[in-house]
Amino acid sequence: MTMAEERKDMRVVNHAVPKVDAQALVTGKAVYTNDLAPFDSLIVKIVRSPHAHALIKDINTARAEAVPGIECVLTYKDCPDKRFTMAGQTYPEPSPYDRLILDQRMRFVGDAAAIVAGTSEEAVRKAMKLVKIKYEVLEPVLDFRQAKDNPILVHPEDNWKSLCPVGADNKRNLCAHDECGSGDIEAVLADCDYVIDRVYHTKANQQAMMETFRTYTYLDAYGRLNVVSSTQVPFHVRRILANALDIPKSKVRVIKPRIGGGFGAKQTSVSEVYPALVTWKTGKPAKIIFTREESLIASSPRHEMEMHVRLGADKEGHIRGIDLYTLSNTGAFGEHGPTTVGLSGHKSIPLYGQTEAFRFTYDVVYTNVMSAGAYRGYGATQGIFAVESAVNELAQVLGMDPTVLREKNLVREGQTMPAYYGETAASCALDRCLSRAKEMIGWDEKYPCRDMGNGKVRGVGVAMAMQGSGISGVDTGSVSIKVNDDGFYSLMIGATDMGTGCDTILSQMAAECLDCDISEIVVHGVDTDISPYDCGSYASSTTYVTGMAVVKACESLREKICEKGAEYMGCAVDEVEFNGAEVVNLKTGGSISRKDIGNKVMCFNNEPLCASGAYSSPTSPPPFMAGIAEVEIDKETGVVEMVDYAAVVDCGTVVNPSLARVQTEGGIAQGIGMALYEDVVYNSRGKNYSNSFMQYKIPSRLDVGTIRVEFESSYEPTGPFGAKSIGEIVINTPSPAISNAVQNAVGVIVRELPITAEKVYRGMQEK
Amino acid sequence: MITIGNYVKPKSLEEAYELNQARSSRVMGGMMWMRLGNARVKTVIDLSGLGLDQIEDEGNVIKIGAMCTLRQIEQCEALRDLCGDGIAECVRHIVGVQFRNQATIGGSIYGRFGFSDVLTAFLALDTFVELYDGGTIRLSEFVNRKPDKDILLSVIVRKSKRKFRYDSIRQTKTDFPVIACSVVTGMVHGKETWYFSVGARPMKAALLEKQWEIPADASEEMIADYARQAAAEFTYGSNMRGSAGYRQHLAEVLIRREMTSILAEER
Amino acid sequence: MEIQFTLNRKQVTAEVGADTVLLGVLRDLGCKSVKCGCETTNCGLCTVWIDGKSRLSCSVLAAGIDGHEVTTLEGVEEEAAEFGRFLAAEGGEQCGFCSPGFIMNVLAMKRELEDPDLDEIKEYLAGNLCRCTGYMSQLRAIQKYMAAQKEKSGKEAQA
Repeated sequence: MTMAEERKDMRVVNHAVPKVDAQALVTGKAVYTNDLAPFDSLIVKIVRSPHAHALIKDINTARAEAVPGIECVLTYKDCPDKRFTMAGQTYPEPSPYDRLILDQRMRFVGDAAAIVAGTSEEAVRKAMKLVKIKYEVLEPVLDFRQAKDNPILVHPEDNWKSLCPVGADNKRNLCAHDECGSGDIEAVLADCDYVIDRVYHTKANQQAMMETFRTYTYLDAYGRLNVVSSTQVPFHVRRILANALDIPKSKVRVIKPRIGGGFGAKQTSVSEVYPALVTWKTGKPAKIIFTREESLIASSPRHEMEMHVRLGADKEGHIRGIDLYTLSNTGAFGEHGPTTVGLSGHKSIPLYGQTEAFRFTYDVVYTNVMSAGAYRGYGATQGIFAVESAVNELAQVLGMDPTVLREKNLVREGQTMPAYYGETAASCALDRCLSRAKEMIGWDEKYPCRDMGNGKVRGVGVAMAMQGSGISGVDTGSVSIKVNDDGFYSLMIGATDMGTGCDTILSQMAAECLDCDISEIVVHGVDTDISPYDCGSYASSTTYVTGMAVVKACESLREKICEKGAEYMGCAVDEVEFNGAEVVNLKTGGSISRKDIGNKVMCFNNEPLCASGAYSSPTSPPPFMAGIAEVEIDKETGVVEMVDYAAVVDCGTVVNPSLARVQTEGGIAQGIGMALYEDVVYNSRGKNYSNSFMQYKIPSRLDVGTIRVEFESSYEPTGPFGAKSIGEIVINTPSPAISNAVQNAVGVIVRELPITAEKVYRGMQEK
Repeated sequence: MITIGNYVKPKSLEEAYELNQARSSRVMGGMMWMRLGNARVKTVIDLSGLGLDQIEDEGNVIKIGAMCTLRQIEQCEALRDLCGDGIAECVRHIVGVQFRNQATIGGSIYGRFGFSDVLTAFLALDTFVELYDGGTIRLSEFVNRKPDKDILLSVIVRKSKRKFRYDSIRQTKTDFPVIACSVVTGMVHGKETWYFSVGARPMKAALLEKQWEIPADASEEMIADYARQAAAEFTYGSNMRGSAGYRQHLAEVLIRREMTSILAEER
Repeated sequence: MEIQFTLNRKQVTAEVGADTVLLGVLRDLGCKSVKCGCETTNCGLCTVWIDGKSRLSCSVLAAGIDGHEVTTLEGVEEEAAEFGRFLAAEGGEQCGFCSPGFIMNVLAMKRELEDPDLDEIKEYLAGNLCRCTGYMSQLRAIQKYMAAQKEKSGKEAQA
């Protein structure tokens, strides 16, 4: 590593630069999908199944098609019978090919039964009511604990297929299964002085990004399908649409404008197939804007998981072994099912560095509820709730301060992590994160709790977390950068800024590498026709993976600028140096400016002045984090109120402190929602009650208390400027830390999220 | 979503009333809840041009026009002078300022919604509703009537030296209440009388009236006993926000706290 | 039916149905800052001012707007940009989708409350949900903006 290591005094990186698109966003400019859609787009809507499990026996579209303004009504008869997955993953996708655009079998309440497209919203709504469908209603599988080997199959079809060896078997309702470990876990646990043996349950949660799923499509002059979509994964969407429509990939172009949040939701191609099918059939532009209700009943929420943890320790509190079994509910389809579950163990168990043995086993099952997908944290969130809660229970059994117990056991820099694919923690400041978080909250004065004398008691609770930085050996980011007239740079990236600011931080890195001001870097949103390939923004990959690609491309471009400069000055390339503004002849002191070079290469030139770089990492260096919650509990009602949250993150070098801070604060607020309020509730027939923001309650600014964030940086040798990821880890500590704070305040341990006031009250009653 | 055939803004109450006699006509308030149903309404009647958006202090009563917003009520000095902070408390948790700039008291009261904080609060006060055709009747009578074709013109609170408290329990701060309780006490026909109203049970608010003479220095146990007794006289149900048993417990706690607060003020 | 109203200080005319809500009308008239986040009056993204007061345009019948005055972010762009600089300095706009509605309510608060404290700010803006930021950066931006405004008005008063 040359450039990244050399720079000790960074000018742009590690500075709180405002986002490059800030001005447009704060003045409400028309930059999002629905702001850009052609005014004559056909309005596309979905007729959805009222049944959790049913077969369409007959579907009559004649009356609907007769409504003035209706362009088409499409049913399963109009769709290719080739299964695909909507999961935005690198090919071959671990998620099973279990979807059709429209299917004859309905697998959850809200499953797509028909597509209606017309010239106005009114016409489409009217026509939707006139699509007559006769269903054969079937018994659904709603309890995920009963799904495996249930005689009722969610996917009995013969053309279901799994591309990767993930242990899937549709004839057993199994989306994935695996078992791994090291050491003899049974022997170690049998030998432990204490074994905590507990079951934890996390629910499905909605990403609830403010911009719902939306896409518009049109055919261009070449007869190709153009897709403008609010997506995190434009290149994967290109493949998914080609698969779904059974057309060549060359026929599809995907463009990503500004996105109103994603958090993983848009790592699944939730909305794209519908207008794409309409445009492909009719040749006309079409758009779909999911209502909030659709975004809450037919989307891609967090996988519900039940986790059985066995945690063994000796009398002194040395954690000797961890055994985890995770049961994950993927719902009606398998998007991200085989992969999320893995993180529940691989990103929780390695937090403890000295275990002699571990075992991690899982089953992922199909049920007749909405399909789960990717949500920030991606299974790590669930697993960390379970393992961190078990550690907190161990502290109680040992009569030990849970922070002291962690100090004894936490993973440290240089340690090998057997449960993390045997990787070494090359950069790890987890110990410093924990001790700083304790100082910030005043742990030693506040632990375990303080009676406030007014019927209220305040408790503090702790948790740690880790995540990855990209998917090792898979995620690929590439960028290209070119010098234009007057010497400004265009940075072309395939990574998708979804509000997180990657357009900004990648520009910062380029400006740092090229010794220029960030204003001299022009960055472009993703267009699969023009942008270099990037797997997309997920798995906490952009800063680390695409960031390294930026560094590589800029290094290569600097060499080419030197070559051009030397050529124009008529000297040898090893005699010159590029200082960002000009190429200087070290012997003569003569120079040529970047501006002049930029202008010169546009005339009588046979070598374009641009460079590309790609990066994929054999490792996925984990960021680490400690979070401490302070809550206040009303001893009579059980109402839990957030008071304070102190979080310290080790994301390596902080590329943009204000954006990293907001990522962290935002992730914690989402985690608080998960811990205390958010729940996807179904009735006994599989109807989703949490179908609006009236019923699915995300925290308002009155619900999150104070959130305070600091950074304790390590230096990741394989990352750009020493950086690791930050996007996902930040959601992982609130659930276990808040649960621990409740435990320390009133002695009640709630093992099923969310921790509602009623559960706390019941717990206090039972004591 | 609602479908509406015609929107009419009548020039007079007579016109509004006549229009509303058609079976598929509806009077709109702030259009907060009505819009969310799937009703097909032929004519929606907007009363906003009829001067019903004023809060008037008429000496012995405060008269709140049906089209007054919840935000007006929250900020009304006259209501605060009469009832204390409880009035602002009963609306300030409702979604947000923008919502309260729009939702009307007429809509809240006429709708007789289970979750209504506003109904719960005003039911315990000495409140009447003025109807176009039905004259002025007690809110406690109106709340149990089936919706009809009359028009709610105003909500009238009679002034007296009653003490008023309002409290609720919510999951998130701006959610519907899990339970809402208000307690009012004062001398009625020479007798110390306590009014208890409990809403979001999740059924709509109901009123309980007790001639209890409770000394200002009553013991905690004694107050708790009264609260238990009062809470037990309401029925409760379960939904995704809470079970019936938990709601009854919360009602008991809130009623006790409100009674304690009132008695402390009297000491 | 045809309605006439004042939109960002200009007289406009629109043809609307009896159940058309204001949000769509405003977007059709070019005010793309107005966003829809929930359809159930819970999120605050569609906040605009009607006769100077913050309202939720997703549930205002357009028919009722005839003769009234509507202001969207496009109508207060300069002021929005000024506050927006404070917001962006904290990274508090993030995805930006909730920013227009949020900023409209911040500017309404500025007009309605004098020198609000943190609790008053939080309560006034409780109806503006944001899923990206966790709200802290927005509060920091508001406090710095308010302080700068105060300083500015103090200087103006002196001059």
